[in-house]
Amino acid sequence: MFKFALGRLLQSIPVLLIVITITFFLVHSVPGGPFSADKAVPPEVIKALEAQYNLDQPVWQQYLSYLGDVVTGDLGPSFKYSGRTVNELIAAGLPATAELAFYAMLIALSIGVSAGVVASMRPNTMQDYLPMTGAMIGICMPSFLLGPLLVLIFGIYLDWLPISGWGDIPGDKVLPSITLGTAYAAYIARLSRGGMLEVLSQDYIRTARAKGLSETMVIGKHALRGGLIPVVAFLGPAFAGLLGGSFVVETIFQIPGLGRFYVQAAFNRDYTLILGMTVFFSTLIILFNLLSDMLAIWLNPKLRHEIQGNH
Amino acid sequence: MLQKNSQVRLGCILTLSLIFALLGGCGDYENNVYQGNRDGVLHVGNGTEPQSLDPHIATGVPEHHIISAVMEGLVAKDRKTLMPKPGVAESWTISDDLTVYTFKLRRNARWSNGDTHTAHDYAWSWWRALQPALGNQYAYMLFPIDNAQQYYEGEISDFDQVGVKALDDYTLQVTLGNPTPYFLQLLDHYSLYPVHQATIMKFGDADERGTRWTYEDNLVGNGPFQLSEWKINRSIEVQKNGYYWDVDNVRLNKIIFYPTDNVTTEERMFRAGQLHITSSIPADKIQTYRDANDLSLRIAPYLGTYFFRININTPHLSDKRVRRALGMAIDREKLTKNILKGGQIPAYAITPPGTLGYYADTDLTFDPSAARALLAEAGYPDGANFPVTEILYNTNEAHRKVAVAIQQMWRENLNLDLELLNQEWKVYLQTESSGNYQISRAGWIGDYVDPNNFLDMFLCGGGNNRTGWCNPEYDNLILKVAPTMTSHEQRLAVFAKAEKMLLDDMPILPIYTYTSNYLINSAVKNYDSNLMNHAVYKDIFLDPVLPQAAKEME
Repeated sequence: MFKFALGRLLQSIPVLLIVITITFFLVHSVPGGPFSADKAVPPEVIKALEAQYNLDQPVWQQYLSYLGDVVTGDLGPSFKYSGRTVNELIAAGLPATAELAFYAMLIALSIGVSAGVVASMRPNTMQDYLPMTGAMIGICMPSFLLGPLLVLIFGIYLDWLPISGWGDIPGDKVLPSITLGTAYAAYIARLSRGGMLEVLSQDYIRTARAKGLSETMVIGKHALRGGLIPVVAFLGPAFAGLLGGSFVVETIFQIPGLGRFYVQAAFNRDYTLILGMTVFFSTLIILFNLLSDMLAIWLNPKLRHEIQGNH
Repeated sequence: MLQKNSQVRLGCILTLSLIFALLGGCGDYENNVYQGNRDGVLHVGNGTEPQSLDPHIATGVPEHHIISAVMEGLVAKDRKTLMPKPGVAESWTISDDLTVYTFKLRRNARWSNGDTHTAHDYAWSWWRALQPALGNQYAYMLFPIDNAQQYYEGEISDFDQVGVKALDDYTLQVTLGNPTPYFLQLLDHYSLYPVHQATIMKFGDADERGTRWTYEDNLVGNGPFQLSEWKINRSIEVQKNGYYWDVDNVRLNKIIFYPTDNVTTEERMFRAGQLHITSSIPADKIQTYRDANDLSLRIAPYLGTYFFRININTPHLSDKRVRRALGMAIDREKLTKNILKGGQIPAYAITPPGTLGYYADTDLTFDPSAARALLAEAGYPDGANFPVTEILYNTNEAHRKVAVAIQQMWRENLNLDLELLNQEWKVYLQTESSGNYQISRAGWIGDYVDPNNFLDMFLCGGGNNRTGWCNPEYDNLILKVAPTMTSHEQRLAVFAKAEKMLLDDMPILPIYTYTSNYLINSAVKNYDSNLMNHAVYKDIFLDPVLPQAAKEME
């Protein structure tokens, strides 16, 4: 397992390098510079600014020095937020984003897995159709619709929950977590239903039932472990997606997370911030994929044997 | 059946326990407005996360709000009329030739760390503001000062030749290159605010950008408030500065600024009692507030003009008859009333009416038949053979609406079929400034209340001109004649003459004068509407007898 992990980590280095290279040349080729503004900026000011951020050097030279900095973990200064480093901005936004992603994931898992399992127990009956219809609606409902809807109902009309902020007022984390978690809950419900259906038709489940085990034991002890493998495989990319895709929810609920920076950085042509965020998210995606693969291997004896056989 | 139920129950328990964890001991909470009214804390929606609080680096409106709370210039402004009134300078005299200003500074003025605040601070601060390496985009605000531009552009290297002199600790003499009637107003612009030398030098060089001197625990200012907390993308908190010379008249204890990028969220926050004041209001909500006769909606004239630039290097648009025809075929009344609905005022000149008592001499009206005649005269009778023309705008729903409406008006009134082209903001800026457009939407917000601020945009080759229009006579009026006028009326007459030239040639199509639209809680007092939407935070207070108003807002 260790060798497997190490191998995958080594593979990720060229992947990251490609990501950085493509992003670097892409952001530098997009029209409009970081310092252009509605009110004309005098040429001498642009010159001073470009000199300060080394933008007056040839692009390849900028690229090489950027790579050098990234290797040492220095993502450079933000162009837009004068005096802030990209590392500092990521550190400032990460806690809220990670916490939001964590709660959303918990919600997604608890609703999704329960709905999926319940549905798989009586396929093609109302017990299946109801949660799956719910899941379909959840998948189709974009967060920019669900968020304001929840705010209107629970925040404004019923006045049960705060409508904005993060950790400022008790309960202000509820609505954003539900908004972000719902779409993923729906995916997970469908995945776990599919996984469970496949497992429930396997011989070892029939054996378990034949032994006279209760349905709870069959599902909880035997079926769930195999049935949730598709869900586990989905968890890695899903968590990375939650971290990187929370922009809409962060904006709707005024959450001081990373997503808002990421999108603003692109609009502002804040080259270093765009690059830094991309590097950061790429690393996260690689790590979470690795973790979910390792979890899947641990859950699936077949895969485990394959890996051990290979090494 | 029982087993299945237990699965469902397990799911429910998990979900509920998570929700309780998230609620974190949820109880009845007081909203910000209610609490703020009691404790003297103002909660302000401030648009976006500020890029910098360094007055020599910052450029935006959200930055301005915070900087004006933590710093103060020699001169302050009246919160209603924006007329200059004493700030750090308790008085000043102006020489007969209107070029030498002598300011007497208050002896009790202090920096927020208790240091004495002297005339030398201004000389040093303005020297810093003029360092090219600093990249100060507002350096030109100092150019009325004698030799400041020459120093900035490297023509002279000795700062002693620049017209700023500390005669003693409390007397500052400023010599201007030419009489500049709006100079006192400039002193209240943050680019001329003083900065604390020792603090800046502690964190880097004087002309170094992006040092940490403006951050929490570091920033030393001279304003009524001082920076107490800066949570990135969450809030910026300033609290009363005990060393401020007029601290006894500062009534708020604290102001919290929120980076509310999303206007819809901001409006909801206001409704939920999280904000006293919003930075804006979603355009489609204005009518709802109006219909409900909601007193929290405030609409006030704003020193800004929305207009279209015409690239006069486009062959068929180089004919001024075509440009005038386009200008006369826009029904501005209809546009502002039926489409914008935010109280905007139809504009027939570039300078907003009443800017320092100035009214442009304009004969531009909505006159479709005259417009058609002009177009025919220019060789396009009934719009025939008019080349393909594009209206460029940056991606934004409001700009799209205006562009579509005007496209429609030109179709109806001139039988012209123009195309629309939208581009992302930075791409649009590049397209426009490189002159690679035909007609482009634009806006200009004044930096100071004076016609000069609108008219010097169209000097030959000016960075903000971007139309290719150039008239040396116009330049002469703005640059040479107007500054030498000794009376206000004479000066306005010169501007009117210049603007008439501009409007006759019509390289721009004025469309409407902006309004500032926002929501304000009834407990907020002394927050007056003014042309620049500048809040004078030291005057504001919260009426504690009205906390119920906040509750009612929810």
